[in-house]
Amino acid sequence: MVRERARAFLAANDPSAMDRLDFLRARFDAGLAWVHFPEGLGGLGAPRDLQTTVESELRGTPDNRPGRIGIGLGMAAPTILGFGTEEQKERFLRPLWTGEEVWCQLFSEPGAGSDLATLATRAVRDGGEWIVDGQKVWTSSAHNARWAILVARTDPEVPKHRGLTYFVCDMEAPGVEVRPLRQITGEAEFNEVFLTGVRLPDSLRLGAVGDGWRVAQATLMNERVAIGGASGHRTMIDTVCETWRSRPELRTHDLHQRLLRLWVDAEVLRLTGARLREQLAVGRPGPEGSGMKLSFARLHQELSGLEVELLGEDGLSYDDWTFRRPETVDFVGREAGYRYLRAKGNSIEGGTSEILRNIIAERVLGLPAEPRADKDIPWKDLPR
Amino acid sequence: MTTPPVSLLYTEVEEELRAAVRALLADACPHAAVLARIESATPYDGDLWKALARDIGAAGLLVPEELGGAGASAREAAVVLEELGRAVAPVPFLTSAVVATRALLAARTAGVAGGSGVADELLERLASGEITAALAVSFAASPYRPVGAEVTYEPGTGETGACDVVVSGRVTGVAGAEAADVLLVSASLPGREESALIAVETREQGVAITPMTSLDLTRPVAMVSFGSARGRIVARSESTRSESIVRDAIAFGAGLLASEQLGLAEWCLSATVEYVKERKQFARPVGSFQALKHRLADLWLEIGGARAAARNAAGALAAGYLGGPGAGCPGGPGGSAVAVAVAQAHCGDVAVHAAEECVQLHGGIGITWEHPAHLYLKRAKADQIAFGTPGEHRTALAGLVDVPAPA
Repeated sequence: MVRERARAFLAANDPSAMDRLDFLRARFDAGLAWVHFPEGLGGLGAPRDLQTTVESELRGTPDNRPGRIGIGLGMAAPTILGFGTEEQKERFLRPLWTGEEVWCQLFSEPGAGSDLATLATRAVRDGGEWIVDGQKVWTSSAHNARWAILVARTDPEVPKHRGLTYFVCDMEAPGVEVRPLRQITGEAEFNEVFLTGVRLPDSLRLGAVGDGWRVAQATLMNERVAIGGASGHRTMIDTVCETWRSRPELRTHDLHQRLLRLWVDAEVLRLTGARLREQLAVGRPGPEGSGMKLSFARLHQELSGLEVELLGEDGLSYDDWTFRRPETVDFVGREAGYRYLRAKGNSIEGGTSEILRNIIAERVLGLPAEPRADKDIPWKDLPR
Repeated sequence: MTTPPVSLLYTEVEEELRAAVRALLADACPHAAVLARIESATPYDGDLWKALARDIGAAGLLVPEELGGAGASAREAAVVLEELGRAVAPVPFLTSAVVATRALLAARTAGVAGGSGVADELLERLASGEITAALAVSFAASPYRPVGAEVTYEPGTGETGACDVVVSGRVTGVAGAEAADVLLVSASLPGREESALIAVETREQGVAITPMTSLDLTRPVAMVSFGSARGRIVARSESTRSESIVRDAIAFGAGLLASEQLGLAEWCLSATVEYVKERKQFARPVGSFQALKHRLADLWLEIGGARAAARNAAGALAAGYLGGPGAGCPGGPGGSAVAVAVAQAHCGDVAVHAAEECVQLHGGIGITWEHPAHLYLKRAKADQIAFGTPGEHRTALAGLVDVPAPA
């Protein structure tokens, strides 16, 4: 049924005779954007795995450049779908999916990383509006973004998890200032965002006042699935093996043993992902999903480190340190040195590997939490 | 990503088989019984094996239905092995119902004049649980190098035909020999380009099975010697065909051993998690310390990978082990040989890691004789050597997936 629908859509909408955006809007309206979303919101209320059928039927047609709008697709969209009002879903989801409006995420702060719930950006109610003041950091795509998902503190008098509220932030509002933050790769994928007296209408609030932590948890879970579930786990091992095959003069016995180990690790991770997708397809998601990002980060780091070492003298050079602001995030693009440095972010972005191990230990294995000093103390009284 | 070539999940039938085996083991194979048995004169549990082999039908899982077996595949055998690993059960399922049975199945299709009748007869008796068999090959043999046992045969007195032979020589490190009624041995004919897979009943004169003091007391190894013992040819070859049957059986065993290692590792993780939740030091459960939680989270990740790799190997073997890259495994990166090598390269080390963490995180009690942790450690360490070490399987991958060694 989905396949027929995709074919009928393609018969009625010839991408070669249409404007790219018109084609994407029509695809959204036909329910072929994300089939597991409800009808009228780009979907058909169909099982998620049927999306692959749509993608194969529409192969070669203009896409929404997913590399540019990953935060919107992977994090903002499921959160809006789960917690937004009907008006918010109607307003935001279509231009989000077509890529007309880029989204970014205003969560982390200089003083709130792994302990996100301690964040200090304040939102104070002023009639029908909220006035937001604070500083956010590590914000990918902020320089292109039309909207942001934002968590801010609305009540400093209660313990930290309870005083948060989730908003959609208008990145064009007065008082929003975006400054690039240069990374160890030389480029600036992400930014610092300063919010000074930013006025947001209450209609941009997502979920109830004080319920921001619960909404943010849903976003973060989707973020990890998006990062860990990214296809192409074998891309980097294939790249290294290509170099290995074409440059026999670089081979040593030590590198050979290590490469074979990583080849096995990459294959085991591919199989783990394949098993996870099978479980999802039959509606029995396993807890393995929470581990994918962790394994993926470790594999990428070890492989890219080995690749630079394998290159010998060529590993001493770097392709380009120019301070640029890339449009897309690409873990495997460019040369070995870039891959090595970019992979360092994999165990930090979207939840550090240490935090993810805590999550596995507590939520999957059921081990007791560490005793905590901050659970019942009002946020304003916490040591900072 | 393409659809996986084989399903990595468990079917309902497989889950039912698992439940039956688990219930039997819970009832008949508690740790106390295993601990008592390892120092007895009969290290393999005959009653438990009988119940598993006959009542549940595990002995004949891989045997075709026309020979009285279940006609099941490597996937079902793998599920039984997961449960046996979890209980560190002292039964000869892997050595008899998997490896020896596989060798007989291969001999059956090798089309040797007069030989397949012997294979069929033995398979029928194996399936019924009447006899138990073992392939007389070192447990440390690898599918990637010649087996190299020094066993020879000569034509027998010829009372019952050309299949009757007399076997001499010895094989060390044989697992499951003490439980076997029939030994299958690859032997050569001196002075001729000829070899054969020969079945020798252990009650024959000239057969001696000498137990070795083994690292793994739940699956001890023995030295098997044949002093002009009477045997029957199962498969004959003008070159090294019997050797290739043996190596195929070892590879098949290696692929399925991964499932035993998975089950073993799962028990180690869950027992350790339960222990660190209960054990208190510094006025809190030791499992609340991040240093321990992170280790257990890492182990859980490794085991998730082991499950995927073991299921993949079982599925690839069920689809037909053909020995070479690209065989029987469309869509995979290079056939069931790759699936087996990947599963062993990963699972062999995961089982050892799990057992070592289990011992360490149990603290003092973990290094006592009375606690079962050492049974798992010894089984895991022996399994790491069995049918090719993880390093040998990785080295084999170099050729299978074109990652060549330095010149």
